[in-house]
Amino acid sequence: MDSSLDRDANRDQGNARGGDASSALELELRNVQKRYPGRREAAIPDLSLTVPAGEVCVLVGPSGSGKTTAMRLINRMIPLTGGDILLGGRSVLQRDPTELRREIGYVIQQVGLFPHLTVHDNIATVPKLLGWSKERIEPRVRELLELISLDAEIGRRYPHQLSGGQRQRVGVARALAADPPLMLMDEPFGAIDPINRATLQEGFLALQRQVRKTVVFVTHDIDEAIKLGDRIAILREGGMLAQYATPAEILDNPADEFVADFVGADRALKRLGLATLADVKLPPMNGDKPAGDVPVTMSVRDALAAVLAAGGQPLRVLGDDGEVRGLATLEAIGHVFDGSSGQLPDSVHAQAAAEQR
Amino acid sequence: MKGGGPVIPNFGGGSAHSLTCVKNNGLFCWSWFSSNWSGTLWPALRQHVVLVVIAVVIGFAIAMLLALLAHRYRPVEQPVIAFTSFLYTIPSLAFFELLVGVPGLGLSRATAEVALVSYTLLILFRNILTGLRNVPLEVLDAARGMGMSPRQTLLRVELPLALPAIIAGLRIATVSTVALATIAALVDNEGLGVPIISGINNYYFKTELIAGGALAVLLAITADGLLVGAQRLLTPWSRMRSA
Repeated sequence: MDSSLDRDANRDQGNARGGDASSALELELRNVQKRYPGRREAAIPDLSLTVPAGEVCVLVGPSGSGKTTAMRLINRMIPLTGGDILLGGRSVLQRDPTELRREIGYVIQQVGLFPHLTVHDNIATVPKLLGWSKERIEPRVRELLELISLDAEIGRRYPHQLSGGQRQRVGVARALAADPPLMLMDEPFGAIDPINRATLQEGFLALQRQVRKTVVFVTHDIDEAIKLGDRIAILREGGMLAQYATPAEILDNPADEFVADFVGADRALKRLGLATLADVKLPPMNGDKPAGDVPVTMSVRDALAAVLAAGGQPLRVLGDDGEVRGLATLEAIGHVFDGSSGQLPDSVHAQAAAEQR
Repeated sequence: MKGGGPVIPNFGGGSAHSLTCVKNNGLFCWSWFSSNWSGTLWPALRQHVVLVVIAVVIGFAIAMLLALLAHRYRPVEQPVIAFTSFLYTIPSLAFFELLVGVPGLGLSRATAEVALVSYTLLILFRNILTGLRNVPLEVLDAARGMGMSPRQTLLRVELPLALPAIIAGLRIATVSTVALATIAALVDNEGLGVPIISGINNYYFKTELIAGGALAVLLAITADGLLVGAQRLLTPWSRMRSA
């Protein structure tokens, strides 16, 4: 009890300037089982996986695969019927559920902001539950509004006065308020239109680079999983884990037909989205007039699209400082999987692809 | 029909009888009204307010308790609805008179309050319960997921969000109690029912009836307005929604 208080205090001090990696904890699901009374089949028969501290684990799968159930077992919104879940090496079953939940950020698709509270008071919810002083809450709320790029003035508004995207960002800020070591996010961008969803996904990646939380993110959208996940857990009907690996591994070596089907016939293209032109062996300029310029930070997939749009003509690739890196040609991109290693490096989560979009 | 004392007040002493419009039996006699304001009408109005406030406060407390129970334990709802609906359907004249026969009640303010409270229960119970149940599920899920205990969820989320429905119920209950409390004069010789009944019994002179009725209407409108104002103060989020 005492040690947990000490740890909380340290964490909060550590996070006063936007967060640090020390505030994230490793999450381990150990032979987790969920049965509902009166049903023969278990919703989740036996699920084990470990999310390293500070990484984003995306649970993805068709409906009925138990991905949301698995997530809700972690903060004990649904009681476990077997196995154990360890957060930072400590079983969640030994914790008081309400106390545990205050330590785990929780974001849901419908956001669930409190309509009767201002944005400010919504964000301050968990700090208030934890009994923080006003002097400690005020700067924290201001800091979070800044973190999600909302004006301090918006803090005085009510949720219904915000756009859908703003509401979702406030939902994330509210979940981050007490600097939890783990965030649970259940299809947080599922109800947002595609354009705003892409913006929110970029915002999420930028935010995660700053706060480095351990995140469990549920989605049914494999593209979202590839874009956001450090690791992806693909679940199939009946709550079985089909594959748990990095996005590149899953695209390069799908474990079975189900995974190959689920990631789609265009998985080679998706794989190209995970690499940038910096990863491609580009032929040098040969005196031909290039049809245009592309930055070296562009994903190979987008570069391929650009070359195709230019009628198959090569494009000049420019580095950050404007120097010429070579030519993006159909042939160079076509041989991208041939390299000596036989595999493309995975550089998307380094940031390049995310930032240029 | 009446067991108690006379319900027809004197007209404010001999001087009132000398007013010309009283002699003429005009439809409404302003000079009678002003000469009886401080002695008869104003006290009756004050008594009426006391009758209504006591009834609504006690009714609200009982209805709130029952609604919270029914919110937590669903099976409680149907019996409460059945019983309060039954109370609500009893004709008011009969109800007041029946209660007089109950030992310990008799002709008293308590008798009047028992009947008035009974009539508020159905509306208040239904509105409070509806308000609590209409809190969006995702809001409750978020509250629980962020670590609110059931009690904190009730106090910080469910009751505040139920406020508009609760106040809507209070408005209906208050306005209808203002009207019903005039009948209470039959068992408890006070309130605006006294001049109204006196006016009914007086074949020629109707000023009392009109004055009592008009004051009751004004009281109902005022009480309703106060509750609307309270809601605006207490639920700034819904005010901004309509703006």
